[in-house]
Amino acid sequence: MSPELSQLIFGRLSLEAIPYHEPILVATFAMVALGGLVVLALMTKFKVWGPLWRDWICSIDHKKIGIMYIVMGLIMLLRGFADAVMMRAQQAIAFGDNAGFLPPHHYDQVFTAHGVIMIFFVAMPLVTGFMNYVVPLQIGARDVAFPFLNNFSFWMTAGGAGLVMVSLFIGEFAKTGWLAYPPLSGLLQSPDVGVDYYLWSLQIAGIGTTLSGINLIATIIKMRAPGMTMMKMPVFTWTSLCTNVLIVASFPVLAATLALLTADRYLGTNFFTNDMGGNPMLYVNLIWIWGHPEVYILVLPVFGIFSEVVSTFSGKKLFGYASMVYATVVITILSYLVWLHHFFTMGSGASVNSFFGITTMIISIPTGAKIFNWLFTMYRGRIKFEVPMLWTVGFIITFAVGGMTGVLLAVPAADFVLHNSLFLIAHFHNVIIGGVVFGLFAGINFWFPKAFGYRLDAFWGKVSFWCWFIGFWVAFTPLYVLGLMGVTRRMNHFDDPSLQIWFQIAALGAGIVALGIGAFGVQLLVSYLRRDQLRDTTGDVWGARTLEWSTSSPPPDYNFAFTPIVHDNDAWTDMKQRGAKQPMTGFKAIHMPKNTAAGFIIAMLATGTGFALIWHMWLFAGLGFVATIASAIFHTFNYDRDYYIPADEVARTEHARDGNSLASAA
Amino acid sequence: MAIASTNANGAPVFYDNGDHHPQQGTLLGFWLYLMSDCLMFAVLFAVYAVLGRSYAAGPSGADLFDLPIVATNTALLLLSSITYGFAMIAMQKNSKAGVLGWLAITGLFGLGFLSLELTEFAHLIHEGAGPWRSGFLSAFFTLVGTHGLHVTFGSIWLVTLMFQVGKLGLTHENKRRLMCLSMFWHFLDLVWIGVFTFVYLMGVLP
Repeated sequence: MSPELSQLIFGRLSLEAIPYHEPILVATFAMVALGGLVVLALMTKFKVWGPLWRDWICSIDHKKIGIMYIVMGLIMLLRGFADAVMMRAQQAIAFGDNAGFLPPHHYDQVFTAHGVIMIFFVAMPLVTGFMNYVVPLQIGARDVAFPFLNNFSFWMTAGGAGLVMVSLFIGEFAKTGWLAYPPLSGLLQSPDVGVDYYLWSLQIAGIGTTLSGINLIATIIKMRAPGMTMMKMPVFTWTSLCTNVLIVASFPVLAATLALLTADRYLGTNFFTNDMGGNPMLYVNLIWIWGHPEVYILVLPVFGIFSEVVSTFSGKKLFGYASMVYATVVITILSYLVWLHHFFTMGSGASVNSFFGITTMIISIPTGAKIFNWLFTMYRGRIKFEVPMLWTVGFIITFAVGGMTGVLLAVPAADFVLHNSLFLIAHFHNVIIGGVVFGLFAGINFWFPKAFGYRLDAFWGKVSFWCWFIGFWVAFTPLYVLGLMGVTRRMNHFDDPSLQIWFQIAALGAGIVALGIGAFGVQLLVSYLRRDQLRDTTGDVWGARTLEWSTSSPPPDYNFAFTPIVHDNDAWTDMKQRGAKQPMTGFKAIHMPKNTAAGFIIAMLATGTGFALIWHMWLFAGLGFVATIASAIFHTFNYDRDYYIPADEVARTEHARDGNSLASAA
Repeated sequence: MAIASTNANGAPVFYDNGDHHPQQGTLLGFWLYLMSDCLMFAVLFAVYAVLGRSYAAGPSGADLFDLPIVATNTALLLLSSITYGFAMIAMQKNSKAGVLGWLAITGLFGLGFLSLELTEFAHLIHEGAGPWRSGFLSAFFTLVGTHGLHVTFGSIWLVTLMFQVGKLGLTHENKRRLMCLSMFWHFLDLVWIGVFTFVYLMGVLP
């Protein structure tokens, strides 16, 4: 084969891309390959391939897609946490003569991958998964507005995650930090494939997220049950609406900015170069104009989860519904006015810094209002300390402290000392773990019975909670201390031995969190084994307040045989109190969308194109791009996208429901 | 919704009778996508605003821009919007031939726009003023080029829709798709007005 043809086909991909000489990676690959083979063998033995393809991969059902998002997020949590453990271990031992086991070029990939994975492939999918699963049920709808697009969005996100995982074994990942600031991420300083993996995986996943945002906004605006006005929507639906508005109004900025960096790397343009008219500060501004709304995208759904959990387990209507809605909307708007607080030290000057310092302080106020509302909901309620409530109380304590350190950092003068120190790292982990992660575990424990028909084991849930809660504080309090002492982030080695004890305590904390993750795994297993004892027979295992609890556990494919008519907030509580009974005759055929393979195929072609672009395999990149577009166009020629569930099948499903779902009024 | 919330006895009704159909979200959804696209263009305009005078001792807009070509391109695009409008009127009248005819003319205008723009780009690159020459040129080529890419995709979509209307006629589904393409096409026209104002007309000023 001529060198030119070889270049066209293989680009810069060669056998040297496989890291044979990195023992950590070789060992990881061996474990992954072995574990993967075991899983594939078991799947073949239990003949799951057919159902997996037909009922899950091709599914356009929002419930299945929601579950797949959450499963993917939890798997990626293991990878992101492994990165965290590696960092804690390295920083606990690498002092003076001991260089640790991670040289800088490896350590830099670890912290970059940790950030990218945790934000884009753990937190986003988990949050999206919850919104996907719960929102249509809460508004009395049968699916989202665009079911096929929903499936496509999921597989695009999965494709992006796949590319990041592949970078572990073929080539390398970016060494730039999770936001890949130029000029370090430019062609001159990072000529290798790492930043390209970063760019293409995020572009592909970003398309999925943006489409998902459009999908959920249209769903909430257009598909609410009759009688459910905006101010009668559940709070989780409100926070989902605001979150998806943030997604649609911020991800295009990320897409454009990453595209500009891609152009710099692929076409030699000069957007962010140091010379020839480029401006790296432009990138920092643009990426944070996306980046700050992004963190609210992560936290707002979780605030919604807490609102549902607090009102359910206090046995009381949420205190201050209207103010909760207003606070959420205010946060949504204000999140666009604070971005510069991420780079006070870049040199914008005192006036500009003051403006953003003030807006940053202001944005903490609506969140404070929400915390008071949760506390006032609990006051004089009949509180049940089920596992979701435990996570909520843990959140209120932890997140409040994290928020306060945020207000401290909002003072530009203080930030000049603490910018990019371990204090910053402690702050954002404080709010992300204490807020987002705790909320996601509350949500998992809360809605698991709805999705799978049995509760999660409470004992192991409590073990998991306490390990996470204690582990978090043991891991990150030392980082606050170190940050105040002036220690910088992203360092793989230190010379001052007096710092070591703090890093060792932090490593211990990471170990305790690992136990928490392990306990969660045990909780899943034990609950599955004990599922018959933990069975949810009524559909309303907690005595909850919103419409999803009026369905069976799990709900039928069509969610509601008859669309509910809503009269008040907490529609399900209203129905229970006024003795609503679902009619058991007069069922009609239900119009449903068909499953399809098109979303998976188009997304995998796009992912393959991304891989080819990363390695400069121009022939495959071109073919892949054409194939992606062609398959999308081909799909539009398919007009046969729906079917009807016959009325008698609906009747049979409804009659088969165990007992009367209204028997478990709170 | 014409579903009663209380029944004949004044008691509240909690379930519909099975006739409830959710509202169609396609046009809202497409509009939301278009606004997200608008935001992406806004970023590119902002980038042009920041880098638009960073010539790096290379050529400026005044040196490079050929306003007669820009005027021709503008005319082609604006005319294509009118012809698309005529296609929509034909659609309202359920005239399949009318729709196909006006879509074809629209497509030809679009193709004319694209070929003129491609020759302009080729000429600039030939002169050494490619996107790699300076921050200004990077911003120029990306903003105008992204608009051109959108016109390209719109044209492919237009041809696809012509096939689909030709094959299946003006079904409910096809009419919805024509309305979405209509929004898309007019939106691109709007972006072009921004482009020729801020990039070309202001770019030739000193």
